[in-house]
Amino acid sequence: MADLRCEIAGIKSPNPFWLASAPPTDKAYNVERAFRAGWGGAVWKTLGEDPPIVNTASRYGAMSYNGQRVVGFNNIELITDRPLDVNLREIKQVKRDWPDRALVVSLMVPCEEDSWRRILRSVEDTGADGVELNFGCPHGMSERGMGSAVGQVPDYVEMVTRWAKSHSRMPVFVKLTPNVTNILAPARAARAGGADAVSLINTVTSIMSVDLDSMAPTPTVDGKGSHGGYCGPAVKPIALHLVAQIARDPDCRGMAISGIGGIETWRDAAEFIALGADAIQVCTGAMHYGFKIVDDMIGGLNNWLDGKGHGGLGDFHGAALTNLVDWQDLNINYELVARIDQASCIKCGLCHIACEDTAHQAIAVSGPGPDRRFEVVDEDCVGCNLCQHVCPVEGCIGMQAVDNGKPYMNWTQDPRNPMRAAE
Amino acid sequence: MTRKPDIKAGRLPAGVYVGNFADIQPPLDRAAALVEASRCYFCHDAPCIQACPTGIDIPGFIRGIATGNLRGAAMKILAENIFGGACARVCPTEVLCEGVCVRQAQEGRPVPIGRLQRHATDFLQAAGSQPFTRAADSGRRVAVVGAGPAGLACAHRLAVLGHRVTVYEARRRPGGLNEYGIAAYKVPDDFAQREIDFITAVGGIDLRCGKALGGDFDLAELRGKFDAVFLAMGQAGVRALEVEGGELDGVEDAIEFIARLRQADDPATLPVGRRVVVVGGGNTAIDIAVQCKRLGAEEVTIAYRRGPEQMGATRHEQEFAQINGVRIRHWLRPLRFAGDNGAVASAQFEYTHMGDDGRLVGSGETTEIPCDMAFRAVGQAVQSAPLREGGGEAPTMSAGRIQVDGDGLTSLPDVWAGGDCVAGEDLTVQAVQDGKLAATAIDRHLRG
Repeated sequence: MADLRCEIAGIKSPNPFWLASAPPTDKAYNVERAFRAGWGGAVWKTLGEDPPIVNTASRYGAMSYNGQRVVGFNNIELITDRPLDVNLREIKQVKRDWPDRALVVSLMVPCEEDSWRRILRSVEDTGADGVELNFGCPHGMSERGMGSAVGQVPDYVEMVTRWAKSHSRMPVFVKLTPNVTNILAPARAARAGGADAVSLINTVTSIMSVDLDSMAPTPTVDGKGSHGGYCGPAVKPIALHLVAQIARDPDCRGMAISGIGGIETWRDAAEFIALGADAIQVCTGAMHYGFKIVDDMIGGLNNWLDGKGHGGLGDFHGAALTNLVDWQDLNINYELVARIDQASCIKCGLCHIACEDTAHQAIAVSGPGPDRRFEVVDEDCVGCNLCQHVCPVEGCIGMQAVDNGKPYMNWTQDPRNPMRAAE
Repeated sequence: MTRKPDIKAGRLPAGVYVGNFADIQPPLDRAAALVEASRCYFCHDAPCIQACPTGIDIPGFIRGIATGNLRGAAMKILAENIFGGACARVCPTEVLCEGVCVRQAQEGRPVPIGRLQRHATDFLQAAGSQPFTRAADSGRRVAVVGAGPAGLACAHRLAVLGHRVTVYEARRRPGGLNEYGIAAYKVPDDFAQREIDFITAVGGIDLRCGKALGGDFDLAELRGKFDAVFLAMGQAGVRALEVEGGELDGVEDAIEFIARLRQADDPATLPVGRRVVVVGGGNTAIDIAVQCKRLGAEEVTIAYRRGPEQMGATRHEQEFAQINGVRIRHWLRPLRFAGDNGAVASAQFEYTHMGDDGRLVGSGETTEIPCDMAFRAVGQAVQSAPLREGGGEAPTMSAGRIQVDGDGLTSLPDVWAGGDCVAGEDLTVQAVQDGKLAATAIDRHLRG
């Protein structure tokens, strides 16, 4: 069995699977259930100053696709709506009862040094392992000058991070909003302010859907809707990219990354770790299926590590980063051609019509009715692999490398590039 | 030994009949329909469309179900097949659309196209509105003989195109085999009648029941009064089974019994034998056998002279009979029905096998199946005599059916024909297509 133990910003946990700051971590009751189920850590739902905020009904929106529920998820919920001292007391008790699990506390108070000093001091008293500065939430709190309103201004990110570092001995995570033009600006600001880690992504600003009967956006509160924060499996590609951008950035080097965004399986988690995440956080998956999903996450990651001969997470941490390059560094001379396995082809014709209508007219159809055949016209195939994606039969269409004898050449070296540097 | 035939009504506890003759396949609910619709790959030039005799845009209507455009889905179906509701229930989809569904090739379980088609058409019928409108009156009049699927499909299309149609039906009620010939649990309640009400509600269709060709009017008369005639009188004749004992009490034609059952208000009132033998291998044999079983017959045996591969009933239908407790015996050729005091007591058969030349060979060995009732289900035939009634010109027949060209035109320039009275698959869906094609051709002719 591989070793799943994980360390991020000096905080140790028995595995890299943490629950993100969100409804599943709002109370001792939930967090203890999660720890019993096997989660390695939790980030307590964001604490703020008293009096507690007030939430609406309803709060969640979800996207179904072809009958699959909660492909994407969105919320207009705010930070914890329970009194500060109740949360602090429970955090202290949970940490005492579960010393081997990571317990980090998410915080959001106005951009005033005193506010941060006060709350950091109370959190430190709980014995929690660290704090996460919530600069991410894009709804409700941001209109009050907190959450993503801070995360979108690098100067504020740096300033508040610096306050957090100077008023506490705890490791500081900065939770970043994806609702920015360039993620490196707030990430570098966090680094400059002394952050030990960044957590990303927080939710993406969104309107989930429109109820065409009531003509209101969802989730709907008494006939009205408001934009919310989007998460769930659908945002994973966005999150992977932003995590990798920070992991590749020399200016961010030394700052740990807690990867968040649509993680529901061990495979999702492994992909984040391969792109440089040191640990990961989960919310939507748990809200959809309950805490038990961590079972297969732990088992699956273990089995995968064993299968690859890895002893632990460090053996593949960041391993995909060396293969992540800028477009201009890709090999222009590399050629692929689609190959259709006639034995497994079910003759649905989706490859043909996709190529015919929307790509390169490189899949020909011949023969009548159920005996028809779909074949790639090699000279017209550009190797885009659209056909492979629309084919419903796993493995039926493969992309075969063409041995064209050409050496590696990227765009910067390509004579067809008008901007090519003079030789 | 003299034994009294055991034939009686009400063999089962009263409450059982309702369940036995209720829908054999209940409708999909919305959630199940969404799951099944999402399994459709939306194939290009889909094999299912090619396999449908009426060419319904199946992926197109399934997409409508998936997106919540149920009205659009239903209209896609009805545009090609006005009997889309009946066909959703009675089509042998396992050998048509679902048989070629690429999901069948991929995972052995096709998209349940028939059930999805029912989901969409049920929606429109429940909505209660009439989605079709008629073109401006053309002033032309067409006679249709037979109010089965072929006749009414033709009448509907002609009416939509602006012609006025008079439909003559020999029976008391319209619907043809949908009303009289299909097992009750496939089209329960008054579905067949409601579908016809929907079809005729478009207007321009004058339905006259109890009017038979040859008896109440003749073809020459119709040709004189109307601009065109469509013959869709089906196969009113029962094919003879040339064996002794056919006159014994308890020996009946399956289709007569099925019609009685369909028209009965309460199946419990229908007498059925304790032991029943059915001679034949088509869907009618299956329908009579299963319905006898569901009426309370204790032993029901289908005897067919060839093997399972040669049966007219699909594999699916054969299995359906078997799970209903019907025994199917192959390679038995009927020799005679034997009786006591004028009532059938057994059916006697000779064992057969396929000869080297592909012809059926009797082995000389015989067997006997005791029975209280025996049904002939060896097929029907077109009655050509009514066409000749009155001495006018009759359309040319070929192999016992009315000869037609690709548009359904007979040897007479103003007479078309379709459905079971012409050559081709004897299926509701094929009859609808025949009626539709003939209507298009008639429209061209009338406007030509």
